[in-house]
Amino acid sequence: MNTGKSKREKTHKSYCLGIESTADDFSVGISTFNGEILANIQSTYIPLEGGIHPREAARHHTKVASKILEKAFKKAGIKPRDLSIIAFSQGPGLGPCLRTGATVARALASYLSIPLVGVNHCVAHIEIGRLKTGAEDPVTLYVSGGNTIVSAYDSGRYRVFGETLDIALGNCLDVFARKAGFRQKVGEPFGAAIEKSAENGKRLIPLPYTVKGMDVSFSGLLTAAINLLRKGGHKLEDLCYSLQETAFSMVTEVTERALAHTEKKEILLTGGVAANKRLQFMIGAVAEEHEAEFSVIPREFTIDNGAMIAWTGVLVYKHSIVMPIEESFVKLRWRLEEVEAPWVK
Amino acid sequence: MRQTLLIKKGAEASLYLADWHGRKVIIKKRLPKKYRVSKLDEQIKTYRTIHEPQLFHEAKKAGVSTPTIFLVNVRSATIIMEFIEGEQVKQLLSGICKGERQRLCFKVGELIGRLHKYGIIHGDLTTSNMILNLEKKIFFVDFGLGEKTEELEARAVDLNLMKRALRSTHFRYAQECFNSVIEGYSNVLDSETVKNVLDKIREIERRGRYVAERRRVTNK
Repeated sequence: MNTGKSKREKTHKSYCLGIESTADDFSVGISTFNGEILANIQSTYIPLEGGIHPREAARHHTKVASKILEKAFKKAGIKPRDLSIIAFSQGPGLGPCLRTGATVARALASYLSIPLVGVNHCVAHIEIGRLKTGAEDPVTLYVSGGNTIVSAYDSGRYRVFGETLDIALGNCLDVFARKAGFRQKVGEPFGAAIEKSAENGKRLIPLPYTVKGMDVSFSGLLTAAINLLRKGGHKLEDLCYSLQETAFSMVTEVTERALAHTEKKEILLTGGVAANKRLQFMIGAVAEEHEAEFSVIPREFTIDNGAMIAWTGVLVYKHSIVMPIEESFVKLRWRLEEVEAPWVK
Repeated sequence: MRQTLLIKKGAEASLYLADWHGRKVIIKKRLPKKYRVSKLDEQIKTYRTIHEPQLFHEAKKAGVSTPTIFLVNVRSATIIMEFIEGEQVKQLLSGICKGERQRLCFKVGELIGRLHKYGIIHGDLTTSNMILNLEKKIFFVDFGLGEKTEELEARAVDLNLMKRALRSTHFRYAQECFNSVIEGYSNVLDSETVKNVLDKIREIERRGRYVAERRRVTNK
């Protein structure tokens, strides 16, 4: 009986193509309806100087879109006609970047006459984490260049227990790295450079440690670190070390608070900064202390990726949440807790 | 201390219920955090172990009940305090009717008002840090993140935390509860201060990420 079923699924597999373009990454992923990731192709916009200029990033996305799509289909070994749905990252994110991805998604969906599904980017980071690690009902620490959120599922939605009151953790590290003269390379984000430098750091330089209840704030920490950098007299590796230790201790403390508060038995670490080994160790230590299971998103899925959008698109679609193309506006400010998540539980 | 029973393994400290010279006490111990480098860990633990009992006393002067402190040991980051028998407001809120809920939140708001009026910021206003004892008196605990200041910003952050805690834990009636808290708060502080605090809360919320309101305001 079982073999008959799987045979049928094999011949009538359904696929979802997901497009991610909230910030500096343009990525296309293809997932089956069972959560098999067949392709996950990325291209990152790297500015010549300064941070992400939304318009320049969007221009990059437009330029690479068709090539990335082509690569994804090739990798997955399917044709556009095999797709059942198109999912896209609808927000939150940078307007011009979001609109570029949305335009590609709408064009594909209307050309192929298949449903279009808008996906919340933050939900997608959590869902790909649950898919890839097997975590069921975790407290999630989602840390990236754009977000710093401690969340957990309760009564139909992912509730936000703590978050940054100003800039994101990854943003804090990126800006410091840029001021310190590190260069961003393909496949080597700023965070990796700081992590490497911090490994040689030994001296902890006092920096502002700001935890407000379950929330954190990094702007004062960043300013203080940059001021010390400008003033000189400290080794760069000590500054990187102190910045990491202080910032990571803050997010770890609020994660532990959320874990104690919700009494959940799992922690999931996801998002771009999840790739950092020191942060993994710290969150792991908290999990161990509370006898909770600790999961980290595999490296491939730490940064923004199309696979997470494709998979979340499947979940959303299975609960019949589709949208007419004329209503598929991007939502630049779409908070995690605004999204109903009926597929959990 | 004959018997010690771990009653709560919090994020910041472990709470033990113990018998201490014939009294029921809570032993609050800030254990070393493996995840923090020891120097930072030491700094944070020491600071909080010293400041928390001080704020307990200050709160009493402001007219807010807090457990009596019996002993503070900075080196072992331990505080021994009175055990308050009762129920957390967190647990109570879900099991009572609307009227009672409003009365309880009003009272909580009054107490927050008293703290703020006296220049105390609690720092972690969640419903699990408020205990209703058997005589129906509300005790505030856990001042580890608190500070003494009359700054508008600090007051607003404090109340905003309360609002967010209600939203994440009691989302069904969060707004209603928070309104009652503000009513109680207004009962203690003058209307101009309350208005300034509420305006500041709105400003703080707008500073947050992905707040739809921000766009409307900046376009004005």
